Parts: sequence; C-alpha cells; structure tokens
Amino acid sequence: MNLLSVTDLAVSFRQGGNVTRAVRGVSFTIEAGETLALVGESGSGKSVTALSTVGLLSDAADIQGSVRFEGAEMVGADQAELRRVRGNDISFIFQEPMTSLNPLHSVERQITEALTLHQGLAGAPARARALELMHKVGIRDPETRLASYPHQLSGGQRQRVMIAMALANGPKLLVADEPTTALDVTIQAQILELLADLKRAEGMSMLFITHDLNIVRRVADRVCVMQNGEIVEQGPTEQVFTAPAHPYTRKLLEAEPQGHPDPVPADAPQILSSDGLRVWFPVHRGFLRRTVGHIKAVNDAKLTLRAGETLGVVGESGSGKTTLGLAVMRLISSIGRIEFEGEDISKRRSNAMRPLRREMQIVFQDPFGSLSPRMTIEEIIAEGLGVHGVPTGRAPRDAVADIMEEVDLDPATMDRYPHEFSGGQRQRIAIARAMILQPKLVVLDEPTSALDMTVQVQIVALLRRLQERHGLAYLFISHDLRVVRAMSHQIMVLRQGDVLESGPAGQVFDAPQHDYTRALLAAAFDLRTIGRTAGQGADS
Amino acid sequence: MIRLSPLNRRRWQNFRANRRAYWSLFIFLALYVVSLFAEFLANDVPIMVRFRGETQFPIVQFYPETAYGGEFRTQADYRIEEVQCLIETGGIELCLDDPIDALRQANALGTVDGEPIVPGWTLWPPIPYSFDTINNLGAPAPSPPDADHWLGTDDTARDVLARVIYGFRLSVTFAFVVVAAASIIGISAGAVQGFFGGVVDLIAQRLIELWGSVPSLYVIIIVAAIIPMNFWLLVILMVMFSWTALVGVVRAEFLRARNFEYVRAARALGVSNARIMFRHVLPNAMVATVTLLPFIVTGAIAALATLDFLGFGLPSSSPSLGELTLQAKKHLQATWLGFSAFFTFAIMLSLLVFIFEGVRDAFDPRKTFR
Repeated sequence: MNLLSVTDLAVSFRQGGNVTRAVRGVSFTIEAGETLALVGESGSGKSVTALSTVGLLSDAADIQGSVRFEGAEMVGADQAELRRVRGNDISFIFQEPMTSLNPLHSVERQITEALTLHQGLAGAPARARALELMHKVGIRDPETRLASYPHQLSGGQRQRVMIAMALANGPKLLVADEPTTALDVTIQAQILELLADLKRAEGMSMLFITHDLNIVRRVADRVCVMQNGEIVEQGPTEQVFTAPAHPYTRKLLEAEPQGHPDPVPADAPQILSSDGLRVWFPVHRGFLRRTVGHIKAVNDAKLTLRAGETLGVVGESGSGKTTLGLAVMRLISSIGRIEFEGEDISKRRSNAMRPLRREMQIVFQDPFGSLSPRMTIEEIIAEGLGVHGVPTGRAPRDAVADIMEEVDLDPATMDRYPHEFSGGQRQRIAIARAMILQPKLVVLDEPTSALDMTVQVQIVALLRRLQERHGLAYLFISHDLRVVRAMSHQIMVLRQGDVLESGPAGQVFDAPQHDYTRALLAAAFDLRTIGRTAGQGADS
Repeated sequence: MIRLSPLNRRRWQNFRANRRAYWSLFIFLALYVVSLFAEFLANDVPIMVRFRGETQFPIVQFYPETAYGGEFRTQADYRIEEVQCLIETGGIELCLDDPIDALRQANALGTVDGEPIVPGWTLWPPIPYSFDTINNLGAPAPSPPDADHWLGTDDTARDVLARVIYGFRLSVTFAFVVVAAASIIGISAGAVQGFFGGVVDLIAQRLIELWGSVPSLYVIIIVAAIIPMNFWLLVILMVMFSWTALVGVVRAEFLRARNFEYVRAARALGVSNARIMFRHVLPNAMVATVTLLPFIVTGAIAALATLDFLGFGLPSSSPSLGELTLQAKKHLQATWLGFSAFFTFAIMLSLLVFIFEGVRDAFDPRKTFR
C-alpha cells in the first residue's frame, strides 16, 4: 500500500478578492522506504504542496482534492487528527535552521517537547532519548550540547538538531523542505549523507523538496518536476535525468553554467592589484575597552587583475569574500596596498575616492535589497550619472534606455518600480546601474546566488558578454563553484580570512593543492564529504 | 497638480477609504481655513463702511474718529452710538451730543435740525466682537449665552465665541509651527546620528540624555519671569524641549538603513552622504516619523493649554483656550465657560486623532503592499 497518495490536489489563496492558484491537479504517491523529490523553481508550488498534506497552510488557503496518509484522508480532517499525525507520523525539516528553532529554548527542551507531546515521555527517559537522537544525527558531545541554545550552534549543527527533532517520534515520512539551501557546500554534503544514512537505518520515506537538481540526482528514487503549480513530469530519477520528456525538464537540466571564459590577451593592462591587504576588526574587552585581539576578516590577501579578466573568490560563509570585495573598492577601511590602474588608492580619503567610483562598480547578491524601493528604474539606473555627469550630447533618459537594451531589459519599463520586476530582471537592473558609468572594474558579490538556476545561466551569459564587449575586470565572489568555474580565469580560495590557494582556474580546479580546496570541490561537484568522517565534520 | 508616486497614490486611496479619517480631515481643514479668516468672522471693527459716498475698509485700514467728524485722533470705536450716528448721517455734529435724537431725525426726516444728511452704512462681521473686546453688559460678567453673545461672556465681559474661534486658530497654528520646527531639528539630528554612528552618535546621545533631563516647565517659568512671554518665544521654548522626541525613532531607522544594500550600492556609485541620506534613507524613516507625529501635535496643543491654565503661557489678553479653562474652573456657576472649553478641546483633539489614525493606517506597509 502507498504510504502517502496525493490525488488531484489544488490549492488556491484568496487575498482581497484576488485568487492565486498556487497548485493545480497535483497527483503523486510515496511508497514506504522511498524518497520522492519535488523539484522546481521558486513559486512553482513545491512547498505549498508539502505543507498542504498535513493542513499546515493558513486559513486563506483553499485546498481541494485528496491526500491520503496510510489510507486516512487528510484534507478536511479535524485538527486533533492532523495534530496526531504532524510531528509523529509525518515530520518536517525546514530551510532556515536559525528561525525554525525557538531562540529562547535549550536544545534539550526543543527535542523533548515532541517526545512529551506524542509519547508522553518526560524527565530522565526523555533526556536519554534526546541524547540518543543527538548521537544519531552526529552531534559531538551531546551531553554538553543539550544545554546549548540555538545561537550557540553553527548552521550545520542547528540543522542536525532540527533533524533530531524530526526523528524524535520515529516518523514514517520525513518532509525535508530545502533542508540544505541555507548551508555551506561542505556542510550540505554532510547533511545529505546524514539524511541518506538515517533513511536507510530507520526505514523512513522521504519527501524531498529542492530547486537543486544535483541534490535530487544524489538522494531521490523518484522525481516530480513542478512548474507553475503543476507536475509536468514524474518518474524514476535515472529516467528523468537521462531521458527527460518535458521541455521544461530539459531546460532545467541544461540550466547549468557551462564552458570557460575566453583567455585574456597577453597585453591586457593591469587594473587592480593588492598586496598584504588586511581587514582586521579589533575586539575590545573590559572596562577600558582595551584591544585584546582581532577578528581577521581578511588576512594578507594578494591579488592582481587585468582588463578582461575574472578573479573568482570562493569560500564558505564567514570566509571574508565579501569583505575582500568591499575592501578593494575602499568601501571599508583596510590596511595594505591597493593599486588601481597603477596608482595606490589605499590612502585616498572618501571624498578623493568619489571621482574614481565611476571606474569601479559593485553588484550585490540580493536583487531585492540592492534597489531602493521608492525610486523608479530610471532614477535607479541614472543615479550614477547624476554624480559623475552624463556623457556629452546625450539625454540621461537615452543613456538609461541604451544600457537597459544592453542588459536585455525593455526600455519602456523604465518608469516602473523595482517590486514590479522578477528577481532576474532586478539583477539586470543592478547590473545596468553599474554598467552605465562604463567602469573598468566590477565587483560581483554573489550576483547569481539568490536566483533560480535558469535565470543564473542567463545572468552568467550576460556578464560574460559585457566583459567581452567592454574589457571589464571582474572580481567575482561566490560560494557556487559551478558558476565560478564558468566565469573565472583565476581563482582565490579563502577560509576564515586566509588565502589558502590561488592561481589559474584550470590549475585550482584540476589539481588543487590544499586539502580544504579538495573538500570544497568534492562537496560542490559530487556532494560528497572527503577528509573527514561524515557527521563529525568541521561544523561540530 | 503634483504627480504622486504609485506608492503615495495607494496611500492616499487607503486614507480616503477610511471614511472617518477622510471626513475628519475635511471638517478640520474647513474649520481651520475659516478660523484663518477669523478677523472677518469675529471683529469689533466693521468690514466695510460707506461714509459720504466713500467706501472704506476699516478692517484693514486705520481710520481715526476725526475722519468721521469726531473728536479723538485714536481709531474710531465703531461700536459706540456716536460713531454709528456720524457714519450714517455723514458727520452731523449733533451726533456727538445726542446721537439717539440725531439718528431718529435722520431716519424720520432725512435731515437733522434742517441740515441735509449724506446717508451711510456699516457692514459688520457676523460676530461683532473681537477676542479682546470688552463689552458693556447690563448684568455682571460672566453673562450667560444670549442673542448677542451666543456662548456668553467671560469674567472680563469678553465674547466667548470670538475667543474660541481665535483660540482654535492660535492653538492649531502653535502646534503646527512647533511640530514643523521640532520635526526638522529632530529628523536632522536623528539622521546625522544614525547615519554616521560611532563617536558622533555616542556624544550626541549623551547630550540628548542630559538635555532631556532638564525640567522644561521650570525653564519656561523662569524665562517667563524675565522676559514678557509672546507667541514666538513660547514656540522657541517648546521646540527646544520637544525636538528630542523624534530623534530616537529616526536614528534607529537610519542605523538600520545605512547598511541596506541599496545604500551601499549608492555609496559605491560615489553618491554623496547628504544625497544618500535624503534620497535613499529618509523616505524609509518618514513612515516611522509619521506614526509619531500625532502624539507630538496633540502634545503641543495640550502643552500650550496647560501653560495658559497655569498662567505661565501667553499673556492673558491673548485668545487662549487654556485661559478659558482656568476661568471655567474659577466660575463653576458659569457652566457655559466650562462647556465651551471642553467641547472645543474635545472636537479639535478628536478630529486630529481620527485624521492621524487614518494617516498611520495609510502608511501601514501591510495595507499598502499587495
């Protein structure tokens, strides 16, 4: 018998007279011991489908169709019945481990809560079971960790605690909603291995929701591809990957940044170089606020960058990538030499930097946060012109229209506001804002991380085209090694502020020198952990 | 016509959808605009005088009594019968000795003691008393409401209705001036502190804490003892002690917004600090500011009334609602004083509260977005 069978599920949301149909005609089944992956881009209805199985959607949702768990109908079931199933037979793991744990409760209390609710365990037995679970999910020193609060744990540890909570009652079905998206690649690989091991050991079924096809290939037995609230293709993982039937599936599979950048001409002038670049934040202690040490966000970074060249800066969160980018643009204070077009700019004051700003631009990660919500697209793109002057003989509006065409935006939309655009379009706007000044150096701080895969590919293509046409030097910051490989001539690997390895891209990717680089590459391309035992990794 | 951004247009629609706030705004604006022309509404000088075929506007121009054939070179007291008689007869001398007889003759015969008259007339405002006009009453002041004095008179025989109209104008104007000045200073100070942070913020915050612990009432009493109080001096004193209210909110908003990516992006474009503060950060801070404004506006009105009530506010000749309240307390038997003061305050403050409630809802992002 099927563990979970969903038939003709339709979910729509009512808001102020508007009805949004988030999910339409979705049907799938999950067998005992099977992992089913729901894949799709943002807004495709993956999470809504999963949440509606146990009635976790808000009252504004209208659910039609049938969801049967072990034969019992879940749609329209009363709250008591749903509560009995939730967290007991069906458990959830969510994307953001920081916000899914209550910051005011200790780990012990969070885990035992589920035990008390569903099994009536309390006191010493509950504590023993919690310890057992924490051991199972690979948290080192479970006895001391029980008293910890969420903020005292790393991202990977928090996700392990979440998994321990989900496992507490021996669920039959584990729903994992993008469980590794917020984590670094090496941690992501560890968590995926943990989930696979647990599934095998406990004999659970898993409903795995993700946008990342590499993860699907690694964990899933069967795949459902979702687009705009509908399942467009489903089948065994191998079949979907080797012989995709639906054009959208093919598009998703092809949506991987391909190829390598064109080589840089040998006579390309040097744009940027730095030597011994340091960003240290002092740590103050005690009554007199004496400096007792430093947080070394960037420690002795040395780099050179020529026109038309891309330097890929890779590293996990907290490695100092963004800090390095801000430092070479002199947006934060740093020590050490920074040469821009042969001139030392590290001593320039902020007013003296202003004329140089037209030559060096930055594009940020979050296309939602980097555009002022109260300004029109024209105002946003033309802002730099207001500071540095319009090219002679041109109206600012024409310049804006030209640059919008260059980044494949319709110039007719320039009087609209940012919220009317999709994530990819907003990132194009941010790129247009930087490009309108015709800079020589552009710092790209994770420009593709917040975007869907298919959009990422387009943005990478756009960036490459702009580089070719204008001979731009890119400092490309990313944790996504696939994108970095498609963009970069040189690679710099950072960990905790230190440059571990740097050199030509081919050399770093094919013959990495440092253990950490090898671990990073394995995690990113094969989703495997090497060098450390799974579950006892760097995050513990 | 100002072109509103879509966001502001949506806010205006949200505001209009709130019927109570919309009508309150309408009524309040009507009352305030009318009260701005209080001189034409309640005044002891006629709006227009026709004298010897000549049209005069005493409301805006000074005419001595001698201009009408009288004896004094001070401004003509248009309310006394002598002057009335002089105007209506064209300056017959008998008016000065026996105006009643002269008027009777003029009306009956068209001549006074054989002398022909030049007919004239006066156009009075609907309420022929100003806020400081001291009336000759047949009864002891305060006198209850009657046909002449719709809200009665106060203990110095001044018309209460006229005082309420002028007092409303004074209170609201005072509040708006104080709030405008305090907002400009408070927002600027908060913006600079929040945006630059660090030492600037640290020092300015400590200074504000010191300043905030100065007892403002005593300072006003002391200043009032040295310098005679007037409107602008009281505005300055009030602004000195109310600008700090906004600093905290604006500072917090700027501290938050200065690390937004679009602010960073603007900095990377080389945009100057002043421009970033104005164009990128201030619009965000305005929402928080707007939600605080009602408290400051009503607070300023209440502060003025309190000072007047205690006797440390404007001079007692000025049309003050606080002073009216004080009189109501002194003369409990004259219920019209208390009721007038109460209803004026109640209507004025309720309208303001309703309006600002609507404004705050209109600015609520949960109602504006999507």
